Amino acid sequence: MRLHLYAVLVALSTAVLIFAGGLVTSTGSGLSVPDWPTTYGWFMFTFPLDKMVGGIRFEHAHRLIASTVGFLILILAVWLRLAEPRQWVRRLGYIALGAVVTQGILGGITVLWFLPDPISIAHASLAQLVFCLTIAIALTTSPGWKRAYAGRGPVPDDRILQQIATATTVLVYVQILVGATMRHTDAGLAIPDFPLAFGHLIPPSWDPKIAVHFAHRVGALVVAIFAIATTGHVFYHHRSRPELWRPSALLLVLITLQITLGALTVLSHKHYIINSLHVVTGASVLATSLVLTLRTRRGSFDRLTGSREQDESYGMHRDVRPVRGHA
Amino acid sequence: MNTYLRLCVAFLLLGSIACGGGNTEKSAAPPATAVADPVNPDTAGALKGSIKLEGTPPAAQTINRRSDPYCEQQGEAKTQNFIVSNGGLENVFVYVKDGLGDMKFPVPTTAVVLDQKGCSYAPRVFGIQAGQPLEILNSDETLHNIHALPMNNREFNRGQALKGLKHTHVFTTAEVMVPFKCDVHNWMNAWVGVLNHPFYTVSGSGGTFDIERLPPGTYSIEAWHEKLGTQTQMVTIGPKETKELSFTFKL
Repeated sequence: MRLHLYAVLVALSTAVLIFAGGLVTSTGSGLSVPDWPTTYGWFMFTFPLDKMVGGIRFEHAHRLIASTVGFLILILAVWLRLAEPRQWVRRLGYIALGAVVTQGILGGITVLWFLPDPISIAHASLAQLVFCLTIAIALTTSPGWKRAYAGRGPVPDDRILQQIATATTVLVYVQILVGATMRHTDAGLAIPDFPLAFGHLIPPSWDPKIAVHFAHRVGALVVAIFAIATTGHVFYHHRSRPELWRPSALLLVLITLQITLGALTVLSHKHYIINSLHVVTGASVLATSLVLTLRTRRGSFDRLTGSREQDESYGMHRDVRPVRGHA
Repeated sequence: MNTYLRLCVAFLLLGSIACGGGNTEKSAAPPATAVADPVNPDTAGALKGSIKLEGTPPAAQTINRRSDPYCEQQGEAKTQNFIVSNGGLENVFVYVKDGLGDMKFPVPTTAVVLDQKGCSYAPRVFGIQAGQPLEILNSDETLHNIHALPMNNREFNRGQALKGLKHTHVFTTAEVMVPFKCDVHNWMNAWVGVLNHPFYTVSGSGGTFDIERLPPGTYSIEAWHEKLGTQTQMVTIGPKETKELSFTFKL
C-alpha cells in the first residue's frame, strides 16, 4: 500500500512538472537560462534564490522540479525492484526511469540548440509518456487492481469497450502531439477567433500554422466524440462497475474543462496561466483515459503474464519468478 | 536488471558529455585582412535627410517590470517602438543597400558597445560592420541573457549574471537586421544592422540622418523601422555632392 501511495505521489509530482513546463513555454522563458546542466555557471542546486528573476523563475524552477521528479522516479524504480513481485510492473519502473532521464537530456539539448522545434516537440511529447508510465505504475500497484476489481465479480471482458477506450487514449495522445506542435511552432493564435475561424467554419485561407491550429480544433472534436462514446457505453452497460464509470465520468468533466481552457487560451491571447492549465489538463485527460483503458483490459494482464500462482498476501495472481524477499 | 540501470547511467553520461560542449561558444571571427580605404576624400559626397511619420503613433505603454525587483527599482519604463520628435521618427536604420559594387572597405577594430543598462538595451537600434567586434556589456546588478536571433549568422545565447561582465561577438556575414532579446526580461529588444561597408546610420532627434564619405555613384538607400518595415529609394551622388533624401512612413 505504501508503494502505491508513493507511486501516486510520483504521478502527481509529474503532473506538477508538466504544468511547470507549460509555464516555461507560455512565458517564452525557455532560453532565459542559456546554459545546461548549470545555471548561469552555478551548479543547479546552488543557484541563488534571489537571482531567480524574470524568465529565470520559470525555467530554473522547471529544472529543479524536473530533477526532483527524476529522483522520485529513481526511488520508485528501486522500490519496485525490491518490493514488486510482478516482473512487468518492475519493468514499467525501469522504463519510466529511462524515459525521465531521456526527457532531461532532451530538455538540455533543446536549450543548448536554441529550442529547435523537433526537439522541443519531442520533449513535450515524452513528458506525456513519462506521466502515463507513472500513472500506470500507480494504477497497477493499487489494491483495486491487485484484487482485479473482483468485489462485484470479474471485470467484464467487453471487447467493444476495450477498443473504443483504447482508441480514445491513442487519439488523446495524438491530439496532444498536434497541440505540442502548435505550441512550439507559435501557431497558438494562428486562428485568432473562437469558435469560428476567421468568422467561418473552415478557415478561408491556409498556411502551415493555420493548418496545425485547425487540426488541433478538429482533433478536440474527434476526441470529445470518442470520449462521449466511451462514457456512454460504460454508463449503459457497466453502470454497476465504479472502476469503470468513475474514470469515464471524470474523462467527460476533464474534456469539457479542457475545451473551455482551449477556447480561453485563444480568447485571452494565450494568457500564460490559462495556457499552462490547458497543457496539464490535457495530460490529465490522457491519464484518465489511460486508466479507463487499462481497467477495461484488466483481465488481459493475467493472461499476458504467463504462469503464475496465487499470492495470498494480495489475494491475486502473480508471477512465479522468485523475487528478493518473496521467494 | 542491473543492465538496465547501467544503460540508463551510461546514456545520461554520454548525453552530458555530448551536450556539455555546446555552451563554449567561440565568438571571435578570424582577423580581417587589411584593406585599403577605397574612398577618395576629394570626391566623396554625403547623404542627408529625415524620416517622417504620417499618422498618430500609439501612445507609449508603461512596461510591467515587476518580475525583476531590480528592474522595477530603476523607475518607470515605457515602450520605445515609436519615438517621434519634431515630426521625425527616431531609431530608423538607414543604409546603402546596393550600389557599391565590389568595393571592399576596412573593418574597424574598435568595438561597438551594446549595453544592458537599466534593464534596457542601449542603443536599441545600431549598425556594425561584418568582422567588427561587438562588445556586449552588462551594467546592471541583475542577470541578463543576450540572445541573438540572426538568419544568416550564427545564433548565440550568453548569460551575464554579474554587473560588468562583457562578451565580445563578431558577426561574419552581412545581415539587416539581427534581433537581440533578453529571455529573462521579455521587454528587452534591440536590433543591429550588419553590413560589409560603413555607409549606415540611425535616425536621431527629429528623424534626421546623415551618411558621409559616400563615393560618387547611384545607390539604393533603405530605411528600416522595427514596426513599420522598410522603404527603399534610389539616389545618385556626384563628386563632392550632398544629396537630401526624405522617407515617409505611414501608420
